[in-house]
Amino acid sequence: MLTISRDLRAKIIEHARQDHPDEACGVIAGPAGSDRPVRFIPMQNAERSPTFYRFDSLEQLKVWREMDDRDEEPVVIYHSHTATEAYPSRTDISYAQEPQAHYVLVSTRDESETEFRSYRIVDGEVTEEPVTFTE
Amino acid sequence: MAIEVRIPTILRSYTGGAKSVQGSGSTLDELLSNLDAEHGGLRDRLVDGENLRRFVNVYLNDEDVRFLGGLKTPVSDGDTVTVLPAVAGGAS
Repeated sequence: MLTISRDLRAKIIEHARQDHPDEACGVIAGPAGSDRPVRFIPMQNAERSPTFYRFDSLEQLKVWREMDDRDEEPVVIYHSHTATEAYPSRTDISYAQEPQAHYVLVSTRDESETEFRSYRIVDGEVTEEPVTFTE
Repeated sequence: MAIEVRIPTILRSYTGGAKSVQGSGSTLDELLSNLDAEHGGLRDRLVDGENLRRFVNVYLNDEDVRFLGGLKTPVSDGDTVTVLPAVAGGAS
C-alpha cells in the first residue's frame, strides 16, 4: 500500500505532463524506515526519450548523498510512460534495484486523463498495490 | 591501507547489512577483488567479465569511474568509492 498526499500526486502528474512526450522521472524521499513520501525530487531524464529514462549518474550521486545526510531514503521512484499503460515494462522490472521503494508509474498517453498506479518490484516480481491519497 | 566503499541497500546482504566496508588495492579492479575475498559474490554483482556492469554506477569520490578508467581507475588510501544501482527503465 502506498500512502501519499494529493499534493505529491499532483506534482508527479504535472512533471509528467510537462515532459511529455519524453518520459519524466524522479524520486520522493522520506525519513528512513518511515515508508512516508515527503520530499519531491524531480530528476533529469538523461535519455530525454519518449521510451526510455535514466537518472544522470552524477545527479543521482548528489541526490542519494543528500538523502543519506538527511537520514532519508527513496520512498517513491516515479516515471511516466507516454504512449503505453502505467504498468512496469520488462526494462522497468529488470532495472528495479531499490527493494524498499514504491515504483509509481503514470501514463500520459491520454490527453485528458493521467493514469497513476503504484507497484512493488522485488527480485523481478511485480505486485501492484493500492494507493491511499491524503490531504 | 583503507579505502571506504559505500554499499547500496540491495547489496548489503553481501556485507552482513553494513552500509560501508573497507578494502585495499591500487585500482578499482583490485579493490573489488579484495572486497570479494571477505564478501563473496559482491564482485560478481558489479563486474561482468572485464567490465563494470551497465546498470551499476560506481563513483570514486565525486566522479563516475566510467569517465576515469573504469575498472582500471587508480584508487588510493583515503578515497571513498560509492556504489549505486542505476535508476532507469522504459516503455518496453
